[in-house]
Amino acid sequence: MTVTKTHRPALALRGVGKRFGSNQVLHNIDLEVQSSEVVCLIGPSGSGKSTLLRSMAFLEEYDDGEVFIEGQLLGWEPGLPRKRTSRAHLNKVRSTIGMVFQQFNLWPHMSVLGNVTEALIRVRRIASGEARQRGLAMLEKVGLAHKADAYPAQLSGGQQQRVAIARALAMEPHIMLFDEPTSALDPELVGEVLHVMKQLAADGMTMVVVTHEMGFAAQVADTVVFLDQGQIVARGSPQKLFHMTQHPRLQQFLQNYLDRNAFWQDMKEEATA
Amino acid sequence: MIFDPTLITERLGDISNGLLVTLETWFAGVAMGAAIGLLIAVLQVFGGAWLRALLRLYIELIRATPFLVQLFLLYYGGPSFGLELEATTAGILGLGIYGSVYFAEIFRTGFESIPKGQLEAADCLGITRLQCIWRIQLPQMLVLILPALVNLVTILCKETAVLSIITIPELTMVMTGIGSETFAFVETLLVLCVAYLVLIELSSRLGLFLERRVGRFLQRQST
Ligand SMILES: Nc1ncnc2c1ncn2[C@@H]1O[C@H](COP(=O)(O)OP(=O)(O)OP(=O)(O)O)[C@@H](O)[C@H]1O
Ligand SMILES: [Mg+2]
Repeated sequence: MTVTKTHRPALALRGVGKRFGSNQVLHNIDLEVQSSEVVCLIGPSGSGKSTLLRSMAFLEEYDDGEVFIEGQLLGWEPGLPRKRTSRAHLNKVRSTIGMVFQQFNLWPHMSVLGNVTEALIRVRRIASGEARQRGLAMLEKVGLAHKADAYPAQLSGGQQQRVAIARALAMEPHIMLFDEPTSALDPELVGEVLHVMKQLAADGMTMVVVTHEMGFAAQVADTVVFLDQGQIVARGSPQKLFHMTQHPRLQQFLQNYLDRNAFWQDMKEEATA
Repeated sequence: MIFDPTLITERLGDISNGLLVTLETWFAGVAMGAAIGLLIAVLQVFGGAWLRALLRLYIELIRATPFLVQLFLLYYGGPSFGLELEATTAGILGLGIYGSVYFAEIFRTGFESIPKGQLEAADCLGITRLQCIWRIQLPQMLVLILPALVNLVTILCKETAVLSIITIPELTMVMTGIGSETFAFVETLLVLCVAYLVLIELSSRLGLFLERRVGRFLQRQST
């Protein structure tokens, strides 16, 4: 007996386009992310990485094409002309998505635990005692259970970002989206956040990560996607992509990255010498 | 001029009634103004372009006309639009409408002061806009707008004096009445001034107390 496996990607983008006024920021983006796959989005500043990632959570209303989350169309009613779905439906479709931002975006007037349990209590309607348990478990996961009663301003940037990750994880998402999660951090705090993300990837979380951390991409990504001027120019496994010499823009981008790192490396050596 | 205290003591009943009416119209006007103002600000943040333009027009109209004229229009002009209001009701309504646009502006700046990212994070978690306002925006912005709110509340306290012209027997009406009956204009006006001073001092003190409470809360967050 043959079993025909229905192949449904966790996340699928078909011909997605986005304009800001007359500025076409994304062109005809096709992308599939399989369950448990880790996709890293790289590209120069202004290439549309954030816009693409935000479209996957309908934080940006994409203009053309379709975004499917676990097979469900995101944000728009099927068919043209485009009509937004109800808010309830939008929230249902993206309830399996967790988002992590460059600026953490924690709520500063709530405790760390309060940040993590807020949506459990208000959205999932979980009793506060149980929400507390789940919140603490999530904080445990990112190594911050001992900071449950602190306020965000009392934490380092790296800790704040880990709280933000715990906050997203508390809702038990199937797909996690990260927009440059370490770019706002001091260099010595980057590692702890990447560590949590590696753990997540190892646990089989489906992830899309906009990042400038090529080391992370090389080590963790199943697929690296290079975006340039709103188009996917190259994609493939990190081993393959980092050696694609037929794409001058990609090579230039990687060379810039290497040069900058070499610069910092030199600085460090000079400082220690 | 020799101040004759019997002027006051003999009419203590009238005066305290006047004070009560002042307090009543002040509190009711503030409550109403704050409620309408908050509603306007919320609709300005979340409403469509048409609604926003309409609210903008309302704000500009109220801001561009004197309170006195608004009151006249409401109380004496109201009946010709089929709006017959008792003086006190008209006074409270007038004060509420007048205050609402200033409350709205204060609340709007408050809403705008909360970083958009915080709302996007909430949005992604399925938190509704109403929950966002109530749980995330208001608690944070109150800290910022409290001084402006207290200031507005004290201004509205003084504006209740204008209500005397639509025959509301509030403190100014009572005191100027006593003044013209007894020809002790200066004394009665002085007493009136002191009364407003006390009211405003009390509300400022309350405001400072609240600010300090809120300040402690902020400190707890950042130490
Ligand atoms: N809200 C907006 N309104 C108008 N233009 C926008 C808006 N957001 C982004 N853009 C434009 O869209 C383009 C892509 O921006 P985007 O933020 O997606 O780039 P990015 O690849 O994330 O860059 P970076 O690495 O600097 O974060 C840029 O030209 C930017 O100016
Ligand atoms: Mg970006």
